[in-house]
Amino acid sequence: MLMQEKRYTEDHEWIELSQDGKTGTIGVSVYAAKSLGDVVFVELPALDLEVTAGDSMGAVESVKSASDILTPVSGKIIEANNVLQEKPGTINKSPEGDGWIARIEVKDGGEVDKLMSMDAYAKFTAE
Amino acid sequence: MVPFGGYSMPVQYADLGVGESHKWTREKASLFDVGHMVQHRLSGPGAAPLLETITPSSTASLPIDHSTLSCLLNPANGGIVDDTVITRLGPELFYLVTNAACKANDIAYLEEQIESRDTSHGTVEWEILNDWGLIALQGPLSADVLQQALVTAGVEDVDLKALYFGQCKHVKLSLSPQQSSDPDTPVLISRGGYTGEDGFEISIPPALTVLFTTHLLESGGRERLRLAGLGARDSLRLEAGMCLYGHDLDDNTTPVEAGLSWIVHKDRRASGGFHGDETILRQLRPAKDGGSAPKHRRVGLIVEGAPAREGAEIIDPASPNSVEVVGRVTSGCPSPTLGKNIAMGYIRAPLHKAGSQIEVLVRGKRRKAEVVKMPFVKSQYWKETTGTAPS
Repeated sequence: MLMQEKRYTEDHEWIELSQDGKTGTIGVSVYAAKSLGDVVFVELPALDLEVTAGDSMGAVESVKSASDILTPVSGKIIEANNVLQEKPGTINKSPEGDGWIARIEVKDGGEVDKLMSMDAYAKFTAE
Repeated sequence: MVPFGGYSMPVQYADLGVGESHKWTREKASLFDVGHMVQHRLSGPGAAPLLETITPSSTASLPIDHSTLSCLLNPANGGIVDDTVITRLGPELFYLVTNAACKANDIAYLEEQIESRDTSHGTVEWEILNDWGLIALQGPLSADVLQQALVTAGVEDVDLKALYFGQCKHVKLSLSPQQSSDPDTPVLISRGGYTGEDGFEISIPPALTVLFTTHLLESGGRERLRLAGLGARDSLRLEAGMCLYGHDLDDNTTPVEAGLSWIVHKDRRASGGFHGDETILRQLRPAKDGGSAPKHRRVGLIVEGAPAREGAEIIDPASPNSVEVVGRVTSGCPSPTLGKNIAMGYIRAPLHKAGSQIEVLVRGKRRKAEVVKMPFVKSQYWKETTGTAPS
């Protein structure tokens, strides 16, 4: 599937829209995965869950802390990455690839445009 | 770095994450800077009677150069004002370590207790050892590392194999005395700690703190000894079943409720004479002798699925369709040693008994959990009868 450019939130989630812009894949950034330390548990969102941008849709747990995963956009959860139930460490190995968390049916594509580009996010995390 | 007890302190150091630092401590040795903790000296003929009033410990059965876990008691209800380790250094000299987060409260408490004491017992001198260093060396390689560091600091006559858990010793170092303004002041080495591992806590006079700590790190070497921060300190103490004040303990909770009945010394159980004795001794007495067991107690939990952390509600699985809250988690994390989620919390009797099946609410989901005995990970203290440290 062809994807559009990845976008980032200030809370260190990313979203990548499909070419048609109707669905998006959500995960946490490399920066976030590093600062979390070894992930030992991932709370995945339930299917068909309706969420508004900024809502907690799950959580990532390490020895140090529990961190909410906030959805970057509004919509309906259509798939969760069940690999993370058995292998939560996938988030550390590949946070922006195999360690994706969920897929969402996007309600308003305009919300994605407000998020940071990869360059803007790199600057944001360097500050 | 995070604010803690008025200091800015590291959660972890750059070389090891929290989980890695935790495992390092259980396999090798870690050095924790715990200089934020408050060190006190109480002396004079009134010191022992004061301690017997404000704590449930028995100073009469505490030999010189021995320590015991204790707590400062709330006169109103026998709650725990702070937990502390009391060390006897002389017939009329005691050394106490209390929590940084409780410093202002503890000072106000001690001022009031010293002023309002029965003066017929004689005077009490109280000194806070400001600017003294306190470091904790923890892990199975601690004794080897410290023994070697002492030898290279000119100390030939101290054999740590003869210093057992709960004992302490003053040691005079010969570390570049020209750099130090008080080269003759000894350090105080106490065997024990807050991780469940063998180890030492070392109280160091101000001028020697950086000098000796640097010496210890260099002598230990990075293959054996690393710095560890608050993150590992918290998960290690949790595995060891030890309390963190302000989370697992507070001044409305008695030692009996906190699962710390053993710090109420047996010699004090008949006589009482300490703050809150009426409440505490009633909780310890069997019902047939007029006692009444506490309504809730601190217990250990193993939680399935998601880790349960502070604040999570403990619920009764007998009511699957409604949330019947029977307790609350006060600390919890995934245990790096066990690979299971461990927690401690307070739970209503009789569910406090080991083996009780309960549930914990984590982010709105009911998670199965079981009440278990603590410590979660077996302690490895260096004891006279059971010492097994490598020679």
